[in-house]
Amino acid sequence: MNSRWVNIGFQLAALALALLFTTLILLAAGAPPLEAYKNIITGAFGSFKKFSDVLVSWVPLLLVSAGLLVTFATGLWNIGVEGQITLGAIATTWALRELQGTSLPPSLIIFLAILAGMAGGALWALLAGALKTFGGVNEIFGGLGLNFVATALTIYLIFGPWKRPGVASMSGTVPFDEALHLSLFPGLRLSPWALVIAIMAIVVIYFLLQGTYFGLRLKAVGRNFRAAYRLGVPTWQYMMLSFLICGALAGVAGAMQVTAVYYRLIPAISSGYGYLGLMVAMLVNYQAIWAAPVALFFAALNIGSIQLPIVLKLDSSLSGVLQGMLVLFVLIVEGIRQQLSRRS
Amino acid sequence: MDSTTIIIGLASVLAAAAPVILAVMGETLSERAGVINLSMNGTILLSAMGGFAVSVRTESLFLGFLTGMVIGAAVALIVAFSSITLKQSQVAVGFVLALVCRDLSYFLGNPFMGLAGPRLPGWSIAGLSEIPVIGTLFFKHDLMTYLSFIVIFFSWLWIFRTRPGLMLQGIGERPAAAFVRGANVNLMRYVYTVLGGAIIGLAGPTYSLSVKAGWKGTISGLDGIGWIALAITIFGGWNPLRAAFGAYLFALLQWLGLVLQPSLPNIPSQVLQVAPFPLMILTLLLVNIGDAEWVERTLASLPEPTRRFFAKAFRAMRASPPAALGVPFERD
Amino acid sequence: MKVELHGIHKYFGNNHANNDITLNIPAGTIQGILGENGAGKSTLMKILSGFIHADGGEILLDDKPVFIQSPANAIQYGVGMLHQDPLDFPPMRVIDNFLIGRTGGLFPNRASVAREFKLLAEQFGFFIDPDSYVDVLTVGERQQLEIIRLLWLGARVLILDEPTTGISASQKEKLFATLRILAGQGKTIIFVSHKLEDVDVLCHQVAVLRQGSLVGEAKKPFETKKLVGMMFGKEISLGARQVVGQQGGVLSLRGISIEDTRLKIKDVDLEVHAGEVIGLAGMEGSGQGSFLRACAGIVRPVDGRVKMRGRDLTGKSYHVYKRNGVEFLPAARLEEGLVPGLTLTEHFVLAEKQSGVFIDRGRGLRLAEERIKSFNIKGMPVSAIESLSGGNQQRALLSLLRDPLSLVLIEHPTRGLDIESVIYIWGKLKERCKQGAAIVFISSDLEEILQYSDRVLVFFSGRVSQPLDASTTTVEQLGQLIGGKGWAS
Repeated sequence: MNSRWVNIGFQLAALALALLFTTLILLAAGAPPLEAYKNIITGAFGSFKKFSDVLVSWVPLLLVSAGLLVTFATGLWNIGVEGQITLGAIATTWALRELQGTSLPPSLIIFLAILAGMAGGALWALLAGALKTFGGVNEIFGGLGLNFVATALTIYLIFGPWKRPGVASMSGTVPFDEALHLSLFPGLRLSPWALVIAIMAIVVIYFLLQGTYFGLRLKAVGRNFRAAYRLGVPTWQYMMLSFLICGALAGVAGAMQVTAVYYRLIPAISSGYGYLGLMVAMLVNYQAIWAAPVALFFAALNIGSIQLPIVLKLDSSLSGVLQGMLVLFVLIVEGIRQQLSRRS
Repeated sequence: MDSTTIIIGLASVLAAAAPVILAVMGETLSERAGVINLSMNGTILLSAMGGFAVSVRTESLFLGFLTGMVIGAAVALIVAFSSITLKQSQVAVGFVLALVCRDLSYFLGNPFMGLAGPRLPGWSIAGLSEIPVIGTLFFKHDLMTYLSFIVIFFSWLWIFRTRPGLMLQGIGERPAAAFVRGANVNLMRYVYTVLGGAIIGLAGPTYSLSVKAGWKGTISGLDGIGWIALAITIFGGWNPLRAAFGAYLFALLQWLGLVLQPSLPNIPSQVLQVAPFPLMILTLLLVNIGDAEWVERTLASLPEPTRRFFAKAFRAMRASPPAALGVPFERD
Repeated sequence: MKVELHGIHKYFGNNHANNDITLNIPAGTIQGILGENGAGKSTLMKILSGFIHADGGEILLDDKPVFIQSPANAIQYGVGMLHQDPLDFPPMRVIDNFLIGRTGGLFPNRASVAREFKLLAEQFGFFIDPDSYVDVLTVGERQQLEIIRLLWLGARVLILDEPTTGISASQKEKLFATLRILAGQGKTIIFVSHKLEDVDVLCHQVAVLRQGSLVGEAKKPFETKKLVGMMFGKEISLGARQVVGQQGGVLSLRGISIEDTRLKIKDVDLEVHAGEVIGLAGMEGSGQGSFLRACAGIVRPVDGRVKMRGRDLTGKSYHVYKRNGVEFLPAARLEEGLVPGLTLTEHFVLAEKQSGVFIDRGRGLRLAEERIKSFNIKGMPVSAIESLSGGNQQRALLSLLRDPLSLVLIEHPTRGLDIESVIYIWGKLKERCKQGAAIVFISSDLEEILQYSDRVLVFFSGRVSQPLDASTTTVEQLGQLIGGKGWAS
């Protein structure tokens, strides 16, 4: 029951079930399934520009997924990652606001702002970690609570101290001067810097988890906390460190949102990338090597379905449905496989 | 603001809280049996949309609410199956379902956006609604609000005063001991999770057919209510009365936010919406704070009377989750 | 009610836990069941109380064959079991604990139930407040609650599993008085214990289990020597003992007191020397576990000093002890000692001192191969640790020990292993002794204790004996002490 081919068979079954159910839902909505899928594909890959938009969406997702791989390795459900992205964005905005009037060269300002974003996300993650370590608050609920606090903080800032002159608006803070935008590829919305940072992040995390003593110890903590302690691993420190790393990466994702996508702070700055990242990590079964392609797939689904409302009068959440169905069926199929192999 | 306006305002708080009450009661039942249904946010959205859609098509309010219940029960069944039979993580499945159901609701609800649907009519109870103050507060509502009052009462009654309710407490606290006393633990967990899900499924239509009539997709303002209800459930300490208090407190704060808005122009109402979460974190802190090692050590170093005082205080504040929450039950 | 067991068999995999057990227990008597850990007592009681089903044989109650499906079914037949840790609901009230499980109407009448509770409790001289919460009760009171609950449900056979662990002397007296009254009423009591004194005082007849079989029965009055002989076996021929010279002091315990949930160990002194092997004997739960963990810094003593080679390490964490050359190997290998999901090689890499950031896979592989060979582990470097057999997991656990060490603390080093593995593992451990390490180990196997220890400490109910010289102690002496006899008061 455990051979490689059987495993692959089960994964494919999950994929098939997800597609089947999504198709059924399309039919229930009275929409032509094949047309819908075709539109998603052309929406994502139809032109070079569209594909570059997929990459724009890929960047924050990849960063977040990379970070979550670390917390999952340590056995943690870092649901608070959504808030960590937000705090990264807030910190970046703060840094940009503080430094924009000074005489520092813009590229340095952007660099410092991204560092601030990293720190902001890391601090928010450490807060969730401290609640768990010292307060015994499960990181799921602690993280959830902090997510909402982060959102409230964002709205407070947008409507309060950082509001636009005149009328405060849901469209966010005053957009930053063009000099402070992260440079983009000509004609595209994609920033080469963002792309490089995201790819570097996943590569670093891959090697961290696969090839370093640190990664091995993290995995030990995640799989058997007590045995890891017996073997000499400082378990609590490692837990806090993994929160720190994930928060830092999430913070960078938030920084990217501010400096390369929106150029300001908006209410929903984290755009659901945190939760989506959790799904990517669950889908790749916490194995770093698959994170990049799966994240790309998810990003493609997101971008591809943007044109659905226009072309087929369908809501673009179809991508979310397909993504969620995939993870759900992978979980269920995995559960069935485990139960079957237990019986045999 | 004169007293009549205040009373009407408070009555509106009770009505606005009705869906949250329903969701919280359902989740409390499910968690009492030991199963966390993390899909609440998605279930509420999906049942709101589904109930509204069916209601518009069939022009029947009853079918709309029934649809909501069925949706809630179905989603809960998936959670139950995955965690009890397949022994997968309740958190993982519930979390994914929260996202999937939300996106499903937006997708399938698209054609129904902005349509006008049937609305639950008000139903003042003859005679009782004439009583000054009390009449306006409690007896001039619609069916679902009355139902929310009843559900609070019956949840409390069931859990604490009936024989099966006591067994429910037992299953959540120590399934092995419940098993020894004849409980079919896994079956009961299924039953309560699905029942809880059905009640949660009533919350959605209460919004789309009454409190926030209609379906407006992503701007319906319903996204997030499920997480808030989860937080209130925890704050409620798995006790229906305390949870109801939390829900009403939340609704009150929301109302106050609206009322006081003109005097505090800089602070948008969303900030008050956040209140349940710090409360939830605080509750969770207090649950475990007595046990943390560093606390024990600090306590041990205090003089005896002070130590005893704090130890007693920690005991009193505890709102322990059912001890077996989230843990699969194996017969051995 | 008369209880008869005919030819009961139970297998757990290859382990023949109950082998053809036949026992007749007359109504109105108190039957003792004696045996060491792993003898099969709990398995037999689990079968009688409905937790598990026998693979062969039958049970007769009052001459009628019955098939007991579940614990709830058992109580319907009138068989109730009081577990060592009573299966109650600590966060709930006494009255609710009493109530749950009794069939009846939708709304229980608490007032009338409370009356019945008080009546029953008074019959036996129990004083428990029905409104108090169970988690503030003492173990003895929780037992009392469970007993009257089972009686209320109509139990005519009461099985008690090691009931006298962790209760006060006055509670024990009350318990015994209660049991005698119940026997007088025609109820059957089955008293499972390892405490010879208790069995002596209380039981009418005794059955002794060893290694899954019923090896003997006896009626009052009991001869301790005979009972011990049946429980632990006769004199065993021990192989030639390796005597390692005693050298400098390694571990020093002064005035150590440990408090557990059920036991108190008071004021123990011990000096352990380099190259010495100390065996800790006693039934499980007599305090050895906490004691051993206190030597490792995992459990904090409430009083006393722990010193390693002169350095006072009292109150410090396990990692500090590790840095001072101490290692602790738990009995629960997969739960506490090894990491499921990681391979053998990864375990070695984790346990070694690491230099650099990146894992040196080549070195790790060489290390793994070397250890596998040296400890004769049947597994590949890339095998997942959970795929190894129990014996090989134990060898793996041992092979993770660093070099050099001052003190090795092991719980049950060879439990469940074949003879070959036992000899091999002890060979390796003795090698360590030659290098100057001291070993303190827990074992339920008296043969192992006497064969490999230099000195032995016996634990009984939290009491610790003076160190005995293993070369001059007999199995019988050990058995008596383990059973609670022969202790200077």
